[in-house]
Amino acid sequence: MAASDGAEPQLRLSFPAGPEEVRAALLCLRRDLPRLGLDAAEIFRAELLLAELLNNIVEHAYCAERPGPGAGAIELDCRRKGSALIVTLRDRGRPMPGGGLPEKGLAALDVGRQDLPEGGFGLHLVRELADELSYARRDGTNILRVGLGLGRPPAEA
Amino acid sequence: MNLDSSEQPFGLLVTVGDSRIDASVAIQFKDRMRELTAGRPGRILLDLSQVDFVDSSGLGAIVAALKQLEADQTLELAALSPTVSKVFRLTRMDKVFPIHETLEQATGPRANAS
Repeated sequence: MAASDGAEPQLRLSFPAGPEEVRAALLCLRRDLPRLGLDAAEIFRAELLLAELLNNIVEHAYCAERPGPGAGAIELDCRRKGSALIVTLRDRGRPMPGGGLPEKGLAALDVGRQDLPEGGFGLHLVRELADELSYARRDGTNILRVGLGLGRPPAEA
Repeated sequence: MNLDSSEQPFGLLVTVGDSRIDASVAIQFKDRMRELTAGRPGRILLDLSQVDFVDSSGLGAIVAALKQLEADQTLELAALSPTVSKVFRLTRMDKVFPIHETLEQATGPRANAS
C-alpha cells in the first residue's frame, strides 16, 4: 500500500463505494498515515475530512447505501508534499451538481428541539478542515483534490 | 451497534460499546436509541467513553436520538474523547447538548451540565 522509493511518500487505496468499505479504508489510513509523518491530531483531521468526502461520494455520486456487484469504486491517493497532505479521490459516479461542493453554512441552532438540523454537518466540517479543495470532472470521473496543511500547532481548543 | 442501558438513580444510562458512530451504523444507532429510551421519562445520559470517532452521519444520528424523545425526556452526553469533542465544537453541537467531562461529573451529587 505504501510506496516510498525515493519518491514522495504515498498511500493508495481502491475500494467499492459502501459505508462499511469507507470505514475499513479510514481504519487503514489511521494505521498508515504515520508513515507520511503526520501526528495524531493531523491524522484525526485527515480521517474526519476523508470520512465526510467519502460518505458524500457513497451517498450522492453513487447513491449506494448497500454496495452490490454493480457498486462503483473509489480510488484514494494520499501523498505528502512538503508541509501539506494532498489527497486525491476519484469515482465514476454522478457529477457534483453545480460543478463543486455546495456552499452551505450550518443551519440555525437557536431553535426548538424538533427543528434541530440532522444533516448539513458534513459540508461544514469539510470547509472547516480542508485548507484547499478543488473539483474536476474528466472523462466521466469525478476528481476531488484536497489539501491539508501539516505541521501546525496541535488542535486549538 | 452495541448499545446497552441501565436504570440508575439519576435516570437512564446508555452506554455505547462501539468505538465508532459513523455512516455505517447511524441508522442502527438511532433505532436502538428509540428502543432503549421509549417510555423512560427524565434524564438520559449517553456514555461515549468508548467512542473515538463520530462523523457527520453519527452526529446527525445523535441529534435524531434527541429529537425523537418526548418532551419529558432530556439527553445529556458524557466522557467525550478529545476528537469526538472536537466534532461537537466544530459543528456547534456542544451548544445543543449538555456535555459532562466524565460520567462521575454527570451523575455525582452536584452534577451540573458544563
